[in-house]
Amino acid sequence: MTFQADLLVLLPELILAIGAMALLLTGAIGGDKTGPVISWGAIGLVAASGVAVVTGSDAVAFHDAFVSDGFARFAKVLILLGAALSILLAEEFFARIKLARFELPVLMLIATLGMMLMVSSASYLSLYMGLELQSLSLYVLASFNRDHLRSTEAGLKYFVLGALSSGMLLYGISLIYGFTGSTSFAAIATVTAGGGAALGVIFGIVFLIAGLAFKVSAVPFHMWTPDVYEGAPTPITAYFASAAKVAALCLFLRAILAPFPDLIHQWRQIVVFISVLSMILGAVAAIGQTNIKRLMAYSSIGHMGYALLGLAAGTALGARGVLIYLAIYVFTTLGVFAAIQAMRRKGEAVETIADLAGLARTQPVLALVFALLFFSLAGVPPLAGFFGKFYVFLAAIEAGLVAPAVLGVLASAIGLVYYLRLVKIMYFDEPAAPFDGVEGFGSKAILGLSAAVALLFIVAASPVITAADAAAKALLP
Amino acid sequence: MSLPILSLCTFVPLLGALAILVRPEAVSARWIALGTTIVVFALSLVMWAGFDNANPGFQMVEKLDWLGGGISYHLGVDGISMLFVVLTAGLMPFCIAASWESIENRVPEYMIAFLVLETMMIGVFCALDLVLFYVLFEAGLIPMFLIIGIWGGKRRVYASFKFFLYTFVGSVLMLLAIMSMYWYAGTTDIVALLDNPSFPPGMQMWLWLAFFASFAVKMPMWPVHTWLPDAHVEAPTAGSVILAGILLKMGGYGFLRFSLPMFPSATELFAPLVFTLSVVAIIYTSLVALAQEDMKKLIAYSSVAHMGFVTMGIFTVNHQGVEGGIFQMLSHGVVSGALFLCVGVVYDRLHTREIDAYGGLVNRMPLYAAFFMVFTMANVGLPGTSGFVGEFLTMLGAFVHNSWIAIFAATGVILSAAYALFLYRRIVFGALVKPSLQTIQDLSAREVALLAPLVVITIALGVYPKPVFDVTTPAVAKLIQDHKTALATDKARHVAAVQKGTAQ
Repeated sequence: MTFQADLLVLLPELILAIGAMALLLTGAIGGDKTGPVISWGAIGLVAASGVAVVTGSDAVAFHDAFVSDGFARFAKVLILLGAALSILLAEEFFARIKLARFELPVLMLIATLGMMLMVSSASYLSLYMGLELQSLSLYVLASFNRDHLRSTEAGLKYFVLGALSSGMLLYGISLIYGFTGSTSFAAIATVTAGGGAALGVIFGIVFLIAGLAFKVSAVPFHMWTPDVYEGAPTPITAYFASAAKVAALCLFLRAILAPFPDLIHQWRQIVVFISVLSMILGAVAAIGQTNIKRLMAYSSIGHMGYALLGLAAGTALGARGVLIYLAIYVFTTLGVFAAIQAMRRKGEAVETIADLAGLARTQPVLALVFALLFFSLAGVPPLAGFFGKFYVFLAAIEAGLVAPAVLGVLASAIGLVYYLRLVKIMYFDEPAAPFDGVEGFGSKAILGLSAAVALLFIVAASPVITAADAAAKALLP
Repeated sequence: MSLPILSLCTFVPLLGALAILVRPEAVSARWIALGTTIVVFALSLVMWAGFDNANPGFQMVEKLDWLGGGISYHLGVDGISMLFVVLTAGLMPFCIAASWESIENRVPEYMIAFLVLETMMIGVFCALDLVLFYVLFEAGLIPMFLIIGIWGGKRRVYASFKFFLYTFVGSVLMLLAIMSMYWYAGTTDIVALLDNPSFPPGMQMWLWLAFFASFAVKMPMWPVHTWLPDAHVEAPTAGSVILAGILLKMGGYGFLRFSLPMFPSATELFAPLVFTLSVVAIIYTSLVALAQEDMKKLIAYSSVAHMGFVTMGIFTVNHQGVEGGIFQMLSHGVVSGALFLCVGVVYDRLHTREIDAYGGLVNRMPLYAAFFMVFTMANVGLPGTSGFVGEFLTMLGAFVHNSWIAIFAATGVILSAAYALFLYRRIVFGALVKPSLQTIQDLSAREVALLAPLVVITIALGVYPKPVFDVTTPAVAKLIQDHKTALATDKARHVAAVQKGTAQ
C-alpha cells in the first residue's frame, strides 16, 4: 500500500488533527473571544470527521498498525457523537462561569483524535500512542477549572494514577512482545493460535488487563473515578463518561479479543472477576452517595461491569452486546450530565442529591427526563437501558457464564435501589428551592435527544442491533 | 377482520396519555382518561364478540418484526388470556371514576400513570413473545411505583420500594431463564414453544424455578407475599383495585401460560411444593387476616388466601382445578376490586382505615351496607355469588388430585367466612356511637353508579358462569392435553435414556 493510500484510510483522524491545529492557531491569534467560533468549528470538524468515518471502507494501513473496519467505525461514530455533544455542553458551561478559553475545544478534539486512534489500532504500539494522546489531553481537561481546588485535585489524581496504569500497560505489552516477538495483533494471534502460550504471555495479559481495567474504571482499579468525576467540570465529566468510556472499552475489546482469541480460558476468569466486582461495587457503593456526580461515578463503574460481561463471553455476540450497551449508554449518560449541568440556583451549580427534592413539581419536564434516564440506567424495561443489559446477558448465557449473569442481575436489583431513591427524591419529596431552569439550546437538545433515545429505542432497536452485529462480526469473524 | 384489535386495546391508553400530556389540566385529564378507558373497554368487548369459542388456539394474531433473531412483536389471545384482557379493560373505568374526587393533587400525572399501566397490563395478557411479555410485565412496575409513592399514604415510600424491589428481583431471574430458553430453542415465540415443548427435564427444573420466583412474588404466594399488604395499605384506592384486580393475576396467568405447558416434568416435580405453599397461604394468611386492625390490610391478606386457591387449582392440572383457578382469578378481580372501592368510600369520608373507627354504619348508610354485604359474601364464597364457583371448582380439582389438600383448603373457607363477617360486623353493625360517624353520608350517585355494575357482575357470574366457561373450556382442555402429552414425551425420553445407559 502506498503512503498516499495509507493517508486516505486515516482521513477522519487527519481532519481532526489538522483542524485542531488550525483552531489552535485561530485561538492563539484571536484570543479567548474566539471561543464560540472555535467551539462550533470543533463541532463542525467532528461532524466532518463523522462523515468521513461513515463513508470509509475496510482497510489496513501503516504496516498493520492501523485498521479501519466495521468495529472501529461503529466505535468512532459513538466517540464522535459523545465528543460533539460534550463540546456543546462545555461551551455553555464555561461561558456561564466566565472561563471560556479557546484551548478547551481544541484539547477535546485532540483527546477525541487519540480515542479514534485507540479503537483503530491493530498493534500495541499504535494502541499505546493513541491511549497516551487521549490520556494526556484528559488530564489537562480534568483540571481545566484551574482556580478550583477540587478540579486541580482531580487532574493531579487522574494523572498520577493514569501514569501508573500506563506503566503497567506498557510492562504487559513489553512482556507480550518479548514472548511472542511482535506487537501486531494479527501476528500475536498466529503465535498464540491453538491455545499454547508461554507463561510470560500470560503475565503480559494480566498486566495488560490491569492497565486497561484502570482506563475503563473497573474494580479493583476504580478508585480514581469518583474523585475525578466529582472534581472535573461537569461537561468534562460528561465527556469522560461518554466518549472516553466508549474508546477505552472498545480498545479493551480489540486488545484482548484480536490477539488472544485462543487464550480465552486464560483471560476470561480475570475479566469475569473484574466484571462481577464492578457490578456489585458499583451498585452497593452508589447507595451511600450524596453528591450526584460521585453517584454517577459509581454508576459508571457498575455499567462498565455489565459491559465487561459481554467481553468475558469472548464471542461476536458478546462484542455485539457491548456495542449495543455502549451506544445506549453514551446517550443516557450525556443526558444525565446535561441535566446535572442544569442544576443551578441563582447561577451557582449545586450537586447534592437533596437538591433534587420535589423537582417533579418545580420543573416537571426536567424531572421527567431525569427519571426516564435513571430508569433506563437501572435497566427497567421498556426503556433503552434494558436492551443494553439484555444483549449483554444474552451473550453471557450463550457463553455459559450463568453464575456471573445471575450475580449481574442481582447486582442490577441492588443498583435499582439508588436509582429509585433518586426518583423518590424528585417525585415523592417536598420541593426544595427551584432551579434556574434549563438554559441554552445545546442542553435542551441533548436532554430531548437522550430522553427520546431512552423512550423510543424499543421501537427503533432493530437497525442499531443490525449495525452492532455487523461491527462485532468485523472484530470476530 | 383485519383490524388489529389487540394492538388497539393495548395502545389506545397510551394515546390517551399523550393527549393528557398535551393538555395537562385536572378536569380535562379526568375526562380524557375516563373516555379512553371506556373506549378500550368497548374495544375489548368487540374483541370478545369476535372471539371464536370453539377454537382452542390463539386468535386475532398480529406479528411484526421487532428485534430480529426470532424475537418479534407477536400478539394474540386464547381462551385463557382473553377474559383477562376484558377484566383489565373493564376495571379501568372504575379506577378512574373512583379517583374522580379523591385525587386532588397532580391529577394529569395520575391519569397518565394509570393509562400507561393499562397499556402494559393488557399487553402482558396479549403478548405471544417471551421478551415482549417480559418487557411489558416489568414495565408496569414504573407507573405502579409512582402511583403508590406519590399518591399513597404515610408509609408510601417504604411500600413503593418494597413493591418494586420484590417484583424486580423475582423477575430478573425469569429474564435469565428466558435467555436460556432462547439459546436452547432458538426462539422466544410463545406459540412455537407451546407447540413443541422440548426442554430436557434437568433444564426444566431450573427454568421452572426461575419463572416461579417471578410469578410467586407477583401472585403473591406465602412466604413472599409480604410486599402486598404494605402496597395495598399505602396505595390510593384505585391503585389497590388494580393491584388486587389485575397485577396479581399476572402470576397465575404466567403459571398457566408458561410453567404448565412448557415445563411439564418440573411442574409435576414441584407440584407438592406449590400445594404446600398454597395451603399454608390459605390457612395462615386467613388467620393473619382475622387479627388485622386495618381494613385494607385485612382485604390484602384475604387476597393472598384467595390466590392460594388459585395456585392450588392450577397445579392440580385437571379440568376442574384449572378452570376453577381461572374463574377464581376473574371473580377475585371483580370482588376484591369492589371491596377496595367500598373501603375507599368510607376512607374518603373519614380518612382512616382503622376498623375501630367505624361501627354501626348501617344506621346512616343503609345503601352502603347492602353493597358491602354482597361483596363480603362473594369474598366468603357464598353460593350464588361469583366467589363460590371458583373456590368450589378448585377444591373439587384438588379433591380429585389429593383429598388432603382439599381438606386443608376447606378449612380456609371457614376462616374466610370468619374474618370477612367479623370485618363486616365491626364496621356496619352495632350501635352508631362514635361522634365522627354521626353526620356520615350514604353513597353518592357517583358511588352507586360505581358499585352497582360490580354487584350485577358478581351475582350474574355466580348464578350463570357459563359465558366464562364457554370461553375457557376449549383452551383449558388443550392446555391439559398438551401438558399430558409433553409429560409422556419427557418420560419416554427418560426411559429411552435409561435403557441406552444400561445397554452400554
